[in-house]
Parts: sequence; C-alpha cells; structure tokens
Amino acid sequence: MTDVETTQEKTTVVDRILTEYPQGKRDALIPILQEVQAQQGYLSREAIVKIGKHLGLAASKIYGVATFYNQFRFQPLGKFHIQVCRGTACHVKNSTAVLDTLRRELKIEPGETTRDGLFSLEVVACVGACGLAPVICVNGEFYASMTPAKTRRLIEEIRERAEEHGN
Amino acid sequence: METNPKVCCSACWHTPEKPCPELIECLLNGSKCHDAHAHSESVESRLARLRRDEVDHMVVYVGAGTCGLGAGARKTIRALRSWLARHGVEAEIVEVGCIGLCSAEPLVDIQLPGRTRVAFASITEEKVAPLMDAIAAGRIPHEMVLGQHRNPKQSPWETVPYLDEHPFFAPQKRWVLTNCGLIDPNRIDEYIARGGYRALSNTLKANTPAEVCNIVEQAGLRGRGGGGFPTGKKWKIALNTASDQKYLVCNADEGDPGAFMDRAVIEGDPHRLLEGMAIAAYAIGATKAYVYIRAEYPLAIERLKRAIQEAQQYGLLGYNILDSGFDLEINIKQGAGAFVCGEETALIHSIEGKRGMPRPRPPFPAVRGLFEKPTVINNVETLANLPALLGNGAEWFSAVGTETSKGTKVFALSGKVSRTGLVEVAMGTTLRQVVMEIGGGIPNGKRFKAVQIGGPSGGCIPEQHLDTRIDYESLKTVGAMMGSGGLVVMDEDTCMVDVAKFFMEFIQRESCGKCIPCREGTLRMLEILKRITRGRRSEKGNEALERFMGVLYMTRLAEVIKDTSLCGLGQTAPNPVLSTLRWFRDEYEAHVYERRCPAGVCTELRTFEIEPDLCEGCGLCVSKCPTAAIVGLPRRIHYIVADKCIGCGSCADVCPSHAVKLAEEEPAAATVAEKAESGAVRSIFAPDVFEGWHEGKSLLRMDDDQ
Amino acid sequence: MTVSAETKRSGATESAKTVTITVNGRSVEARQGEMLLTALKRAGIRVPTLCHLENLFPSGACRMCVVEVDGFANLVPSCACPVTEGMSVKTHSPRALRARKTILELVLANHPDDCLYCVRNDNCELRALAAELGVRQRRYVGERRQQKEDLSSPALVRDPEKCILCGKCVRVCEEVQGVGAINFVGRGSATRIAVAFDEGINLSSCIYCGQCIMVCPTGALREQSHIKEVMDALKNPEKFVVVQHAPSVSVTIGEEFGLKPGADVEGLLVAALRELGFDRVFDTAFAADLTVMEEASELVHRIKTGGKLPMMTSCSPGWIKYVEEFYPDFIENLSTCKSPQQMLGAIIKNYFAEKQNIAPEKIFSVAVMPCTAKKFECGRMEMLHEGIPDVDAVLTTRELVRVLRMRGMDFKSLTPQVADTPFGDRSTAGKLFGATGGVMEAAVRTAHYLLTGTDLPDLKVEAVRGMTGVKQARLHIEGKDIGIAVVSGLGNASRLLDEIRAGRNDLHFIEVMTCPGGCIAGGGQPHSTNLNAVKERMQALYRIDREGTIRTAHGNPAIKRIYQEFLGEPLSEKSHHLLHTHYHKRDVLV
Repeated sequence: MTDVETTQEKTTVVDRILTEYPQGKRDALIPILQEVQAQQGYLSREAIVKIGKHLGLAASKIYGVATFYNQFRFQPLGKFHIQVCRGTACHVKNSTAVLDTLRRELKIEPGETTRDGLFSLEVVACVGACGLAPVICVNGEFYASMTPAKTRRLIEEIRERAEEHGN
Repeated sequence: METNPKVCCSACWHTPEKPCPELIECLLNGSKCHDAHAHSESVESRLARLRRDEVDHMVVYVGAGTCGLGAGARKTIRALRSWLARHGVEAEIVEVGCIGLCSAEPLVDIQLPGRTRVAFASITEEKVAPLMDAIAAGRIPHEMVLGQHRNPKQSPWETVPYLDEHPFFAPQKRWVLTNCGLIDPNRIDEYIARGGYRALSNTLKANTPAEVCNIVEQAGLRGRGGGGFPTGKKWKIALNTASDQKYLVCNADEGDPGAFMDRAVIEGDPHRLLEGMAIAAYAIGATKAYVYIRAEYPLAIERLKRAIQEAQQYGLLGYNILDSGFDLEINIKQGAGAFVCGEETALIHSIEGKRGMPRPRPPFPAVRGLFEKPTVINNVETLANLPALLGNGAEWFSAVGTETSKGTKVFALSGKVSRTGLVEVAMGTTLRQVVMEIGGGIPNGKRFKAVQIGGPSGGCIPEQHLDTRIDYESLKTVGAMMGSGGLVVMDEDTCMVDVAKFFMEFIQRESCGKCIPCREGTLRMLEILKRITRGRRSEKGNEALERFMGVLYMTRLAEVIKDTSLCGLGQTAPNPVLSTLRWFRDEYEAHVYERRCPAGVCTELRTFEIEPDLCEGCGLCVSKCPTAAIVGLPRRIHYIVADKCIGCGSCADVCPSHAVKLAEEEPAAATVAEKAESGAVRSIFAPDVFEGWHEGKSLLRMDDDQ
Repeated sequence: MTVSAETKRSGATESAKTVTITVNGRSVEARQGEMLLTALKRAGIRVPTLCHLENLFPSGACRMCVVEVDGFANLVPSCACPVTEGMSVKTHSPRALRARKTILELVLANHPDDCLYCVRNDNCELRALAAELGVRQRRYVGERRQQKEDLSSPALVRDPEKCILCGKCVRVCEEVQGVGAINFVGRGSATRIAVAFDEGINLSSCIYCGQCIMVCPTGALREQSHIKEVMDALKNPEKFVVVQHAPSVSVTIGEEFGLKPGADVEGLLVAALRELGFDRVFDTAFAADLTVMEEASELVHRIKTGGKLPMMTSCSPGWIKYVEEFYPDFIENLSTCKSPQQMLGAIIKNYFAEKQNIAPEKIFSVAVMPCTAKKFECGRMEMLHEGIPDVDAVLTTRELVRVLRMRGMDFKSLTPQVADTPFGDRSTAGKLFGATGGVMEAAVRTAHYLLTGTDLPDLKVEAVRGMTGVKQARLHIEGKDIGIAVVSGLGNASRLLDEIRAGRNDLHFIEVMTCPGGCIAGGGQPHSTNLNAVKERMQALYRIDREGTIRTAHGNPAIKRIYQEFLGEPLSEKSHHLLHTHYHKRDVLV
C-alpha cells in the first residue's frame, strides 16, 4: 500500500466518525478524539485539523485538549502495546523495577514505539487491579504480580511468537 | 420470560405512554391493578428463581470483574466449559462481579440444587478439573474452600465454614457492596428481585424533592469522593437555584492510584448506581445526568451501558418514570485520563470538551456548573448509598457510624497485606481492624510500617496511630484524610521518602498546570526529594548545599502550596510529604545526613558487594551492569567499584549463585569525611556542605524573610 | 448629512448597590458582587497580579493577588472573590506576603536569569515584583527547562524558557482576537504554551497583531527586531535612508521620555529621527490621506456601480491575514487599497525615487509603526515591486525608543522640527487613523465631498469616536442611506462577520482595526500602555484634529499636488498599479 492510499483511508475513517456528530458541538470533541484513536490507534495531524474544521475549533485548541489527557497518542502503537501501571500498590510492590526492565529490554522510553513497530510502552495511571500488583497490561490482557524476571520472559515469549508468525 | 418488560405480566394493561406507577411492587408482590395473573409461574417461585434460592441444576458463578479477569478468570471459564462438555454435565455459568477478595481470585462459587452456594478460592484453569472432579464425586475439596453462603432456604454443607464468618468478611458491613459478586450484574431482574428500585419507586410516590434532600441531610450522608461535604446540603443549593435545566453528574473518574471501589460497584451492581442517580436527580430537579467514567474501565462501561438500556426498557429511566412525571436521561462520558478531573470544575470542563483545568469558585457548580447550569456532582459510592438510605430511612442510616461520619465506607485494600481487595466497614472502625483482621496482617513475617490512606491527597499513618477510627475528622488529626478510599499497606521494606517521592512525582505530572503553587511547587518538592535520594556520587558543585536548603524550606513550601492553590488537588498535594515528614522524620534524616536508605529502596543510596566466597566468576553481572562498575577476570572473583555503582541491582537480579549482596550499612557521614581527609575515597560529602558556611550563610538565617 | 448612531454597549452585570468592607482595618466602599481586586484598586490598595486581565473572566492562575479574608481557611485570590457586605480583608499580612514571595520564588526557581540581556529588562513585571517582595537569593533551585526560541515568524519571537504560563497571551489571542493560534499544551509541570503540534508560529493562524506581547509580563514574547537592519542601513553611505512614522506614534512615544500620556511630540519625533541620521523624514499620515482619497473613491464607486458591499478597510495587516484565513469569503469585500505604510513605501520608491533621481534599490525605507503585523506586511509577496519591497524595515514604537536611548538622545530638549516635503504634509483626518473610527471619520468627510461637492458642516463624526469595540451608525447623504460600522478587536469583527454571513445586509462600509482601540493600543506600542494611556492618546488625536487647519484628505494641498503631478486621479491606472492590491485565501497549516 502506498502512503497516499493510507492517507486517503484514514481520511475516510475520520469523515465517517464526524458524520456521527452532525451538530458539531464542542462537548463532542473528546468522544470524537476517542473514537478516532480507537479506529486509528493514534491521532494524526490530518485527523486533528479535520476535526477542528468540523467543530469550528482552532487546531491549537484540539491539540491542547488532546495533550492534556493521558489517553491520547500522536504516534502509532506498536503491535504489542505494553502498559505499566504506576498506581501506589504497584509502586510499593516495585513496579519501578518492572518498568526499568522493560526500558532496558525494549530500549524505548514510555510513550515511544520500538523501531520494528513490535512494541510500544506506556505508563498508565492506576488500572485498578491493585490487588494483583504489580500489573502490566499487554494489548488489554493483564499480567499480575510481575517481577523483572517474569517481565523478561514475557518479552522473550512475545518476540518468539512474533518471529514464528513472521516466518 | 416477560413479554413486555414495562408491565408486570401479560394481563397488565399499562402502556409505555401510561406507565404503571406500581411496577416494582407488582413485580415483587403480584399485580395490584388487576386480578388475573397470566404468569406461568407464581410470583414467589419467580423471585426464588431470580434470587437463586432454588435452582434445578448446578450453577457455577465466576468472579469476572477486572480483578478476576486479571487473575485468569477467562481461562477458568474456558476450562469450566470444556470440563462440563467433556463430562456431559448440565450447568449454568454465571459471570458475577467481584465479591471483594481480590487476593483469592479467580473466585468460583458452586451451587448444587437444594444446597448452599460454596465459594472456592484461587481457581486458576489448572485447578478447574480437580475441583469439578471432586464436586462430581459429591465431595467438597476443603483445601480450596473459602466458605459457604448462608441461606436458610437451602441445606448447608457440614464442615464447610460460613463465608460471613471468614475473617475477611466478618468485620465488614456491606451496604454498598451487598450484591457485588452475588448477582448477575447484567440482569436487572436479579437486582429487582433483591429489592432493587423499590426505594426509587417509593420515593417518587411519597416524597417531594425537598423532602428527599432533607432525609439525606438528616441521615448525615457525606460525599464519599474525599471532601466529605454533606450531600443533602449540596443538593439543596442546586434545588433552590432556579433554572430551565439542571444536571446530575456521577463522578466515576477514579483516578486515585490505589483505589478501585467505583469500578467494582459498577461492574458488580450497576443498577444500584442507576437507582441512586435517579433518586439524586429527582431530589435536585435534574432531567439529564452524566456518568463520567474512566475509559480505562472498559468492562464497567460495558456493564453500565447495558444496565442503562435495561432500566430504560423497564421504564425506570427515561420519560415519565413510573408515571411520576419525572424524566431522566443518563449519558456516559468517558474520561480520557486526567486525575485532576476528579475536581468538580475540572470535570465539568472535561465534559464540555475542554482541558480539565479547574476554575475559581464561587460560582459553585451547584449554582453554575455544566453548560452554565446548576449541577450536582456526586461520587459513585455516595450515589450507591442512596437506595438503602431511602429504603430504610435516615435513622437507620445514621445509627451506624460516628458523631460526624455516618454509614459505611468502602476501601480498596492493597499493598503489603495478606488479603487484598474491596472492603466495606462501618464508619468508626479502626484502621487496625481493617489492616490486621480483615487484611490478615503483613505477609512473610515482615513488620508493619504504615498505611497510606486517601491517595495523593492523604497521608501515611504509622503503627502508633493504627487505632485511629475511620471518620472524616479523626483521620485529619493524624495528617491524613478519607480520600476516595485507597488503603495501601506498607511494611518495613517500604521507604517512606520514596513513597513521598512517588506521590509528588504523580502530583506534579497530574497537576493541571494552571496555578503556580501547584504546578511549580509540587515540581520543586519533587526535586527536593530527588536530591535527598540521589547518591553523593552523582552530586556536583553546590548540589549538596541545595539538598540541605531544600529540606530546610520544604515545610514552608508545603504550607504555601496548601494555602494558595486553586483547587483541592493542589491544596492537599503536600500531604503525603507532610505526613511522612511528621511520622517518619528519622527516615528522612537517615537519607539527608547519613546518606542511606534504611529500607534499601532508594537505589542510588544502595551499595552492592560481591561475596568472594560465593562468586563463581561467571561474568553475568558484568554483562548486565549499566555503568561497567564490575571488574574481574573470567572464572575469578569479581568486584564492584563502589564509585561507579548506581545501585540499580541488576547484578543481584542475574547472579546465579546469589553472591551479590546489599552492603549492610552505608558508612556514616563522619567516616566519609575522615576517609576523604586520608584520601581513601574520592567522592567527598562534607566539604560541599561547608562551602555555604564559608560564605557566612547560616542555614537558619536563610529562612528569614528580610 | 445626518448621522444616527446605534452604539452597542455591553450591559454591566454588577449591581449598583454599595457595600462596606474592611480592608487592613479601614472601611472601604465597594459594589456588591464586584471582584475584591477591583474594589481594592479603586481604594488605592495595590495587590500585585500576574495573570489578571481587565474585563475578562478571572482565571485565578497566578495566585499573586491572594489576601487574607476572615472566615476563609485558605488565602483567597482577590481577582476572583466577589465582594460581600461586611467582608474583612488583610491585603499585606505577613501570611499573604510570605505566600506571594514564595510563589514568585517558585516562578523564579528555573527562570533563565539573563535579565541583563533580556529585552524586557527595564520593564519586566517579574523583575519588579522580585524587587518589591525582597527576593534576595534563589532558595528553591529548579531544573532549567531547555526549550528553543521560536524565531520562525517575521513578526514575533517566543522564548518559552521565560514563559511563566500566566496564560494572558492565550486568552487575548482567543477571547479578544478570536484567533486561538496558541494554547496551553501538555499537563502538570510539563505544561507549556505552544502552537498546535508544537510547530513554529509561522505555520499557525497567528495574525501577528502582537497583543500577546502587550500582555506578557516577561520577556517570553517580543517583536522580531529590525533595529540592526536599520542601524546598518544608517551607517551605510551607499544607502539613502528614509523613514515614515505612523499617526499614533507621535501621541505615544513621549510617555517613554517622561511626558504625560497624550502629549503630542510630532516635532520632537521628527527632530529625533533626523538626528538619528535618516535622510528624509516623512509622515505616514500623508499616505493616510492618500488612502482616504482612494478608499472613499472606491466606496463611492462600489455604491454607484453595485460593487461588492459592505466594503471593508484594509489598513490593518492583522485583520487582512485574519480574513484570508478565517473568512476567505469576504476577501472581495476588502478594499483593494494598500495600507498607508505600503502606499507611502510604493510612492517613495517610485515617484520620489524618480523625482530625486535615486535608484529604488539604493533607497532603504523604514517605517516606525505601533504594530508588529506591519513587519509581516512589508514582506508580503503582494508588497514587492520587481523584487524590491516597498518598505524595507519596520520599527515598532518600542524599538524606536530603544534606538533613541541607545543614542543617548535627550528627547525632551530637542528642538521641534517639521517633516520633509513632499510627504510630510498631512491633514488631521489622516492623523485620526491612529484611533479606532479614524479611518471611517476621514473617509466619511471625503466621501461626503465626493458625493455632494461640499464639506460636512460639522466635520466631527461623533458616532464613530471613542473606545467602544463595535460602533454602528447610519449616514443620510443626499437621500442615500449608508450603513457604517466601526470595529476594533477581531473577536468583535468576527461576530459582525458572522451576522453578515447569516444574512445581515444593511451595512455599506466597515472599518476594522485589529487591536482593541486601534493603533494607539497596537501590539508595537510601549509596554506601559494601559487603558488610561490609550484614552489619553485618543483624546490627543481628537485635539490635533480640532486644532488643525487642514482637516480633510481632499483638502490637503500635498495630496492635490501628487494627483496633479503623478497619479492623475483616484483609482487611476497608476494608482492601481502602485496603491492597490488583491489578497487571497490562505490555508492555515496547523
């Protein structure tokens, strides 16, 4: 697929979402952004400019809103999106070590995506699974009571699986 | 099954245009408006079926809240299905919410016809077969049992303890959580069969909005979100503000790190929240309501959506509810992740599609809120208290609790405690009861150090104050606050300076960034704490002096932040630091003066050693060390160069022979100075500090204003 | 002619009821419901602020104005605290002072501290507060934020390291100007003010009005300086350096040299410019007269021939960019006249160059303007002639003050001089361009003459005068009913355009000034500008008009001469070639 086609495809997705909000009121902004991100994985510039035109809002306003909330990303996600919980319970049970391990293993910082596009890392506010601390979440699936060693094993497993898939 | 959910039976003549005002009563006691009863079964047997007092085949309940799913409930269900299929056993699998004992997830309850329901703990997929095999053989596997539910209509299992006698449940008073983990949250009938929506139905018939406000005020219900403002009082302000439109907002943006009460309530008993919202909206005259819920709670959102749909079908939400002339439309707004949106005006801005930045009050939201209209914002737990409160009356409610705090409070108990999970206790219960009895104390033989209550706005309470009673005022006297209900237990391996640093890290990131004291002040406090926990090896120039200065001005800074911040987030932001400073000053002093972390948490203050007798010279540690601080020839004993070591502990993690150990104690400051004089070590601690003295700056004088 | 005014005023919400409050032990009268800060100000009690903007909803962000109020547990921000009867306030208690000082120290903790080199070193609000509160050392040491200066735009420079996030620029840009080029981005301690996607200003919808600079308490925002270019040209013997000064400059610049607001120092200004070494000193008001001739003729022409109406003025470059970006459907409504600055620039490099026999490329043409958008305007493609810009450099009033100080000039003791001919003679109508309504008033005078052949009996058109943001009137000339509107502040303009888009059709001519109040409150004026000073400057312009001898553009002999000698008549081909242009829709990139 060429770049042009990708852009066009994205455009239609955003357009379709916008048609669901015909009045274009300001309070629809966050739901629209959530919907766009759910469909595209992140908020592209084109999407933001388009939403701005639809709602009659300056792009700076939308960018300001989107950067205010943790949920929104401006980069595509990795194939495996790893969320590390930074709640109190997880911290007390040494989630820092888990995060450090992930940083070292993946060689990326939270908010970034590995160059091969396989992993993206995110630190999230408490996921509310404090009873299972420390937890990480890979593509929506929880992994409880993590340790650095378990984390390394998990990453290796995912890499192996991805490789098998690739071959 | 009912053909038209808006009526009690097919003989009923009510229509959606003319709804039955007695629907709930008819469903519970048989039709009131007509004689003929067209149900195939009697009301009693129908209710018994819905309450599952009687079942005609095996029912398996699986705790499938977020915590249960996290512990593997999905796999457990799969294993259950395949076991049932393999053995040709007919059974119903019901996915219920969380009963609260997260550490025992996945929880599986089994109910055989005629017998009581028995709960089994930690049924991961591999335990499914042994459990089911035993059940099939008519045996209860005692090693897996948590307890049996009490039900006089069923015959109990002998030798199986009752769940309500279990130390986790016995001291609890479950008003809000009463249905959680017991009923199918996806079926409104089960909620109604257990008396749900009766309070709403009666309230709409019997009370004016002003009366409802009065009842709630008399009951002494206070906001469960943290502040503790009297709910009835807040309602009255909104009720008495004239407007063409008013709003009710349910705050389910549970952003406290370490709290998950709201999620559990919505996942386990969503209709309780909806009923509470309907009562509250009626009391203030709102016809539109929003549930502002974290997008990180997909399961809760899904259940809530379904519950709203069902309630609408039953005419319990929507137009002309139970023919009372009261309309209510409930919308879900997904929060996009910002802790500060727990603040009322920030939450309003967020719903309006703006940055969640608080604005000055007055005007208060109850006067001018969402879309400039009077708006009442209540937390999930506050609203979920209403059905029982209105159902039983103000006196019943206020009979439980302390002088100023009535009713119960739900806590999310987590951290270094044997039993973690969701706990609901009467106000006035001591923290010791919660931590030691319900939580079962500290695991692994460790010593209790503190319990953190109230999240980033609260404080850490030490052992000597563990007998503090839980109520809004008592907690303040020990430097904490009720908060929304996170209780995180800490043991001797927790460093209190690190905990304070964790909360400041959180707050400076989660501050909305609008007002200077909160935005800059919390960052400054974090920087001060970072300096305290930074190893002297990485200190340069004047940084040692800055470390001292920071500590000196920290209290003053904290006071100003509390005194001048725009919203509650900033006004309470210094609490974690102030409370740890108050109760654990010795730990701070160990960090500042002795440059050591007693709990061994602050990595930069740690030093590792390799025990020569154990080292096999494998070199694994060398390859993992990020700072190349380990030297040694292959197959020979290795050494750690102390000046290069950053204390990350990677070497200790990988060492196959456990030769890497935390050095027992950092040498005291004086020793360092001595060593420095003799030239034994390069990094020196003392002279930097004295630089300031040479310039004639007295530490004391520096805090003088003029 | 008769004029009927339809001035719109926003209703005040405060009640007239007075209450008594106690401040620092003494009784103070206040109005029920007004903010405490307003009451304190009226009583002569100064409480410092960093984020307060007159007439806008309080944001309560900086917390500098906190005071002690009996009955409140915490300190209370006086900007957002409504006054109630019997309130007892302590404004400068030790607790309040300590809080203010600490808050200021927090802001200073990671400030760049390059005050010696900062463009705002003589009028920085932060520096003044630090002095006032007795900050003597850095007690809170904050890690410096490493952020790059945004030098991308032709008019503005943003230095985010000096930004204290008071948010005034964001609010002015959105709430007053309706542009919203910048916003708060990020959250918590990582909050910053930025253009969408953290891009440069040049890619944004910024109209370069500079109102953000005017409200910025620190050196975080400044104009793109042309001082060096001007100084280089002045010392280059090859260059023939001419300067023009805008109508509002002479009634403003005196304030910076110790004269009271509203003093007109035209003579001193000319003398000072000559002293600086400019070869010719011209008056932009002459070109304003020229603009009036062209614009009034264009209006009459449009009315007579059924051209696109309402016609809108085109003197204010921020407004032009605003229309190009946000209301491209109104581009045809814009007068095709260039702004006075560009007209004079074009005349200098053509007519003047020809007459003086100087090659246009040897002329370095400087304009002293109350405006930052003029810096953008002079570089526009439309404003080049065969690759040579009509105007080479623009100095704001602020920059000129700096240059004069640099040269150690004792401004007040200079001997007043008159501007050079032929472009130094102006009518007082051209001078009125400096205030909102001035273009309209001047144009009405000339349009009346063009339509009737006679001057108005009373040249003063009261309905378009004053500071009000939107002024509307109907003119009845020779049985013709003409609807006019005068707008300043683009938020006001936007609302009017929305009305027209929605079908309003009773207007024929609209004057729009980007800055609220017009050029006398322009984005290039001194930082000391406040509402009172702006009103005084406006009165000074009216005084000049009242006392002037030539009060209409068409009555200006210099104008008559240039038409006779060079241009022919208004809207002639030569005029079109030099004095008119066309604008185009502009896509905002972010």
